[in-house]
Amino acid sequence: MPRRNLLPSAPTPTKRRSRRVASLGALALLVLVLGGCNVDFGATKGVTTQSHLEFRLWFWLMVAGIAVAVFVWALIFWAIFRYRKKDDKIPKQFHEHIGLEVAYTVIPLIMVLVIFGFTFVVENNIDNVLTPPQVIVNVTAYQWGWIFQYSKPGPDPHVNCTLAPKDCVTVETAPNAAPSALAQPYTSPIYPQLVLPVNETVRFFLRSRDVVHGFYVHAFNFSRYAQPPLTNAFEIHPTSTGVFPGQCTQYCGLYHSEMLFSVKVETPSQFQAWFSGQEKKLQTQASLQSLVSRS
Amino acid sequence: MTIAARPALAPSPDLLEEEHGPTGMLKWLTSTDHKVIGKSYTITSLVFFCMAGLMAMVMRTQLTSPDNTLVSQHLYNELFTMHGSLMLYLFAGPFAFGGLANFIVPLQVGAPDMAFPRLNALSYWLYLGGGMIMVSGFLTVGGAADFGWVAYAPLSSATNTPGAGPDMWIVALLLTGFSAIFTGVNIVATVFYLRAPGLTMFRLPIFTWNMLVTAILILIAFPVLASAMIMLWCDRHLGTHIFTVSGGGSPVLWQNLFWFFGHPEVYILALPFFGIVTDVLATFSRKPVFGYKGMVFATISIAALSTSVWAHHMYTTGTELLPFFSLMTYMIAVPTGVKFFNWIGTMWRGSLTFETPMLYAVGFLVVFLFGGVTGILLASPPIDFAVHDTYFVVAHFHEVLFGSAVFGGFAGLYFWYPKFTGRMTREGLGKASFWVMFVGFWVTFVPQYILGLHGMPRRIAEYGAATGWQSLNQVSTAGAYLLFASVAITLINFWVSWRRPVPAGDNPWDAHTLEWATSSPPPHHNFYWIPPIRSERPVWDYNHPEHATPNGHAVPSPVPAAVGSLAAPGSSDGGAGGSGHVGGGTAQ
Amino acid sequence: MKVEGTVLLVIGVFMGAVCAIYWFLSNETSGTMMLLGATLLGFVPGAYYLWWSRRMKPRPEDNPSASRADGAGVVAAFPSTSVWPFVLGVGAALVGLALVFGLWTAPIGFVLGFAALLGVIRESRRGGAV
Repeated sequence: MPRRNLLPSAPTPTKRRSRRVASLGALALLVLVLGGCNVDFGATKGVTTQSHLEFRLWFWLMVAGIAVAVFVWALIFWAIFRYRKKDDKIPKQFHEHIGLEVAYTVIPLIMVLVIFGFTFVVENNIDNVLTPPQVIVNVTAYQWGWIFQYSKPGPDPHVNCTLAPKDCVTVETAPNAAPSALAQPYTSPIYPQLVLPVNETVRFFLRSRDVVHGFYVHAFNFSRYAQPPLTNAFEIHPTSTGVFPGQCTQYCGLYHSEMLFSVKVETPSQFQAWFSGQEKKLQTQASLQSLVSRS
Repeated sequence: MTIAARPALAPSPDLLEEEHGPTGMLKWLTSTDHKVIGKSYTITSLVFFCMAGLMAMVMRTQLTSPDNTLVSQHLYNELFTMHGSLMLYLFAGPFAFGGLANFIVPLQVGAPDMAFPRLNALSYWLYLGGGMIMVSGFLTVGGAADFGWVAYAPLSSATNTPGAGPDMWIVALLLTGFSAIFTGVNIVATVFYLRAPGLTMFRLPIFTWNMLVTAILILIAFPVLASAMIMLWCDRHLGTHIFTVSGGGSPVLWQNLFWFFGHPEVYILALPFFGIVTDVLATFSRKPVFGYKGMVFATISIAALSTSVWAHHMYTTGTELLPFFSLMTYMIAVPTGVKFFNWIGTMWRGSLTFETPMLYAVGFLVVFLFGGVTGILLASPPIDFAVHDTYFVVAHFHEVLFGSAVFGGFAGLYFWYPKFTGRMTREGLGKASFWVMFVGFWVTFVPQYILGLHGMPRRIAEYGAATGWQSLNQVSTAGAYLLFASVAITLINFWVSWRRPVPAGDNPWDAHTLEWATSSPPPHHNFYWIPPIRSERPVWDYNHPEHATPNGHAVPSPVPAAVGSLAAPGSSDGGAGGSGHVGGGTAQ
Repeated sequence: MKVEGTVLLVIGVFMGAVCAIYWFLSNETSGTMMLLGATLLGFVPGAYYLWWSRRMKPRPEDNPSASRADGAGVVAAFPSTSVWPFVLGVGAALVGLALVFGLWTAPIGFVLGFAALLGVIRESRRGGAV
């Protein structure tokens, strides 16, 4: 039986040297990858607690994935170069090796189960919506814009801003934005800005008024569908300030490309100042309206 | 009607009689021969492939600069919808199970034709009609369908996407869906009932095994698609409220229905090409498939698992049972990994030569591995939250689908082209097309991964200059042009080999399976003569009796007593004393 | 015939198990119904093949040491050429177009389809042993 012959024969001195070089190279690569904390494989760490969790999972899965890929590629390229046809001799016609086959079924199985374990833990942390939120934002997506409505956490934190818009501070896409806006930067005033306090937990209630939209903020490493007729709830805990782009990711019709918004994370005091400013604006608008309706 | 008889041992004169049917256009319209239908399918699907490829070129050109207005947003939306629909419904699937399988499966099982030849012809006409209807959506006033190839409700409702184009898309999918179901039935029946004597199930070539499993998957998945299309049509025209919110329907139901079809569909598009690659690797390594039974079990496991992972396309809907679908998706990695190691084991200690089919097959291994690893990443819900609907996903599924349907598909096309036509392709042009494609592939899709990680959503017709996505998009577009050039080289190759034929002989690659025992192209009803079948490689065993496949499975005694020693000249039934050489071609 | 039946049955058993687990974990109806359909698609033909495999004569294609002479002879009667699949395909496409552009193409489509069905049946009767 050809079983024993399946493994490469004992290494010759030249082979041993090349193997040592290869293992040194692998070690160097590993040091490079793990030593440099700034290796991100192209992804962002993000600016929220949740995005950091996601990034860590991403990082280690990438390490595992690259290791597996490099290992399998090495086997493929070894086979290609080593077993190139040299003469007209027909190679040995072996075709199975039960032990080896069981091994390469069981080892990947264990690997994916371990990966699933990590995924499961991280996913539960990211999807967790049990902490009492400090700010509640109702997001409504529509063709082709966003409405961000803030309701103060009170006795009824689930206040539905679509039903009671007067109790909410509202920021929304300029009504004429979509069809006219070719290539405005995401910070342009025609797109709404979602203002959030840093280091406070924000709960989102995400709805859609018409078709399926995707609420996506790259800096949050997070997206969620605005899936009619459901209300999706999730929480974000920003950890650093700044202005970040957001965009609809789920294709939603003609002006899908222009359904932008921005996220501004501020210090809590700045946020409070902004919030009361918005409230004041709301009150003056309301009194103006009542004046108009009275006259 | 003609009575097909199976040749016993020596070519009998009445079998050599050619069919005196119509010729030319009429032959093409009326033939029920699986070879004619298979060729029609292959050519038609390649035409759709080129059309969809041209659409991709337009889209890639649009994305080379921010705020490009080469095409309007509306046209861009139509283009990506039709690009996806043509590639998935009209190219990859029909190319695999309508074109290659139709031609090859009856040959590999030693059958005179498909089990239901007229149903087979009907499949083709339904497919052609459906394809023409889908494409002619562009000629209507409102343009072609523009709701993405997934047609998510409620975007696909009559108010959000009115017009004839979307309706034509629905009708086209109904027609091609039934065409696929008929082909699936045909393949299952052919493999179950028309095998040659001695060709037990565990001696089927891996390509035929994979086509059988694919056919079963088609029977599971496509009825769901057809019923979803009927429901969607009823919503659009009869005022039902199955997927509309206002009438109490459930838009997420559409996603469930669609992806219950859609995910098996992805494997319907991958498994046939796994089979091609397996056969090609074994042939050009001059060795049997390593771990044959493991390969079969892996195929069946992939198929079974693929019907229970549909909601991994819906992680971000917030309605799905994430751990269940995540675990099932991870499990698919195991049989796929087994396949990879079996492929490497097939090459291991072989005697490898790198003709064009082999190059494409090895190219498939290299690129599909990368797509598979990014698939593992995407199976994790937290990572999917971060990159869902971005170019990362686009790059991932192009890598696996392009990897299988184009690298694997072209491996099959180059491998069986001599059997299809009786002519060889030009090796130089073939190798050039491979290397251009291999380079173009990485240049196109690696930047798309990075773009996705930088937050570029898919299906956007334009992006602002401030996003900083321009340079990577330009690299990706350059790669896409390379891919286009590569396909052009392949088409030129076929044209050259058609105009200046180099005869191929019956078995130019010294290949292993039954289709190489007959002439190229095969005669009416396929076989004058069939070699004895004692393993999954009857032709190899016959040609290389001293290196016959070790009888590892299902054969109690290696050489049973030969019943008919009055056999074909110079051969006994066990194949041991065979001196004749099946085929004998140019490329040995 | 045993292997064929077993393959389908294995798929049926797997889908049945997944269906039960999925229903238990999610209580979601549409997915459960589709998984149930897939289960039946494995079970019904699989059981039928196994049932038949006990009743039918052993076939040369299931016998690993069958000789070529065992399978020689008539396999089946195959139609040589037939225009009816094309006619039926055109009819189906016309009926399909009626779903888009109004009913006027449907009658033509149905007439073509009906003619094709009649034609196919007559063809088979003429053809002899099937």
